[in-house]
Amino acid sequence: MTKKRWFMGITASAAMLLAACSAESVEEGSSEETDTINIAGIFEQSGPVAAYGTSELNGVQLAVEEINEAGGVNGKEFELTDYDTQSEETEAAQLATRAASEGAHVLVGPATSGAAMAAAPSAAAASVPLVSPSATADQVTVGEDGEVTPYVFRTSFKDSFQGIALANFADNELGAEKAVILGDNSSDYGVGLAEAFTGEFDGEIVATENFTAGDTDFSAVLTSLADQEFDVLFVPGYYEEAGLIIRQAREMGIDQPILGPDGFGNEQLVELAGAENVTDVYYSAHYTSEGDNPNVSEFVSAFEESYGSEPDMFAALAYDTVYLVADAVEGLDEVTPEAIRDALREVEDFEGVTGTFSFDDFHNPVKSAIVVELENGEEVNFTEVQPE
Amino acid sequence: MSKRMKTILVWVGAAILGFALIQIAILTGWITRYYEMTLMLILINIMLAVGLNLIVGISGQLSLGHAGFMAIGAYTTGIVTKMMPNLGGFALGILGGVVLSGIVAYIVGIPTLRLKGDYLAIATLGVGEIIRITILNLDITNGARGLSGIPKLATWYYAYIVALLIILVAANYVNSSPGRATISVREDEIAAESLGINTKKYKMIAFMIGTMTAAVAGSFHATYYQLIVPSQFDFVRSIDILIMVVLGGMGSLTGSIFAAVFLGLLNHFLADYGAFRVILYAIALILVMIFKPSGLFGRKEIKASKLFNWKKKEASRS
Repeated sequence: MTKKRWFMGITASAAMLLAACSAESVEEGSSEETDTINIAGIFEQSGPVAAYGTSELNGVQLAVEEINEAGGVNGKEFELTDYDTQSEETEAAQLATRAASEGAHVLVGPATSGAAMAAAPSAAAASVPLVSPSATADQVTVGEDGEVTPYVFRTSFKDSFQGIALANFADNELGAEKAVILGDNSSDYGVGLAEAFTGEFDGEIVATENFTAGDTDFSAVLTSLADQEFDVLFVPGYYEEAGLIIRQAREMGIDQPILGPDGFGNEQLVELAGAENVTDVYYSAHYTSEGDNPNVSEFVSAFEESYGSEPDMFAALAYDTVYLVADAVEGLDEVTPEAIRDALREVEDFEGVTGTFSFDDFHNPVKSAIVVELENGEEVNFTEVQPE
Repeated sequence: MSKRMKTILVWVGAAILGFALIQIAILTGWITRYYEMTLMLILINIMLAVGLNLIVGISGQLSLGHAGFMAIGAYTTGIVTKMMPNLGGFALGILGGVVLSGIVAYIVGIPTLRLKGDYLAIATLGVGEIIRITILNLDITNGARGLSGIPKLATWYYAYIVALLIILVAANYVNSSPGRATISVREDEIAAESLGINTKKYKMIAFMIGTMTAAVAGSFHATYYQLIVPSQFDFVRSIDILIMVVLGGMGSLTGSIFAAVFLGLLNHFLADYGAFRVILYAIALILVMIFKPSGLFGRKEIKASKLFNWKKKEASRS
């Protein structure tokens, strides 16, 4: 009998605890004043998209070093803690929560849209702003209901703007009347770009074909496209496949201009396609190291000194993101995550290496895209396409 | 008090004690929100590993498509809860996912469960990919963009209770008459058949229960992380679950639970080591496989009933 009573005792006390379980524990944010401004760099340092994440982390590190060397902002130094998402969405969500509970004032990253969207609920729950340098998907900063996601910002332009800019470029600069689309339908990136381009292009879309990330042979689909009559081939996808598409298309005798998004912006593109094939190829970029902007040349030389290579656009966007945060923090009396969020909204005419911009109502930067023309694998021409 | 009653009470007591300890730890702030996410990940992994162990460990059929069935549950719940953002929708989503997953498992089970060994592994791998590619190309699932903005309905205590229920179902199945028949299929299919056991039927039952629990785990995944994209349910995810089953011991439910907890904690505490974590994780797996090739628990279980047997033995000795 004594044993039975013992069990009943446990059961009864557990029942009371069960009743109490609706009382959620309340997490304390880092609302108290600290001596440093804590930046959490949540990036893909390993896994399939490590190239983007690592590059962005380099950009962030460089900016933080520069800011601290100049004495910090408002007398406070920036302190960077980096976290590796392993290119996994759930990991990004967990790390965002972790960074917030460890006292981060602002989260910078992740590089990809999926990871940024996975981390967004964590950022919102902890009331810490998240600024992604390169999450381009439209829905990153806008919820299903059309409301802006309150704690998420980005430094890059969004996919639909890019699609529209490229469509305008095809209309006005290339004078194209008939276009074909060969897009990556396994990523939201490719799908979103194809939709935006189709919506904006004034001419006729003669054909729309798809491929999947990881494909290497495009001869079947390119043969069917070669029979069509068109003025421009639009390839919304990443450089891994685009490089091969350019090579196989050119070898097949498709000599129309090829147009692509910022996913073309990697030196691997020319290697995969072969320099002789990369002529009459255009892509939209966030940033160019050419030009006469003194900020840009300073950034490029500082980056080369630190890392021994030329910065790519991911590094440039990440670099801008940190300065953007610094710009927001500058006017603040009290540095809390909420105050930084409010200040980010108010940022106006921020001058970065990827352009001068302010945020619109949906936390997207209003800035121009640069369409780069490649000839024999070299960047020869830059056309600025303004946002409308 | 009968031994059966005692066993049940020990189980209930342990379950409630575990619940109480976690709840106390959360209320006192020991478990922060970050730890809570790890806890949730572990609970979801327990559901997946126990379900897969029924297929791989108990019925002896190597399945590499578990993540596909998880995706069915995740997407069903994601779609339903976006239309009905309340607990009713959550329950309906889980139910819908389980039913749909069961139907798909039945349809693909008829041809694939006739295969053995490597051939079955390849066939189930194909099934998992077919499910993922189908989701990638459907409109209702929003293709490659995935579903975002799923209401956050899953909490750790629902997951805890559901994980317990799944363990309960699995443990009772193993000890039931059909469960014994399933084990006999694993041990020797020809011998089992010669004894009049309908081997296809029992393989199918284990396969369906396993895939249905995967759908439940998927439902929790969707409503906890609030974002699902097809790439989360790829082949690698299936392998992750299989690793837990093999590490814990194929055929040991206790082993699967232990492995899910162990790997979850390992992943959590190695998070600070960045890329190095992947190496440590792999080394841990290799060491276990070298020194204990049958997995940490082999086919052994921790059973409450053994506790009383042991006491009896002690008593009879003195």
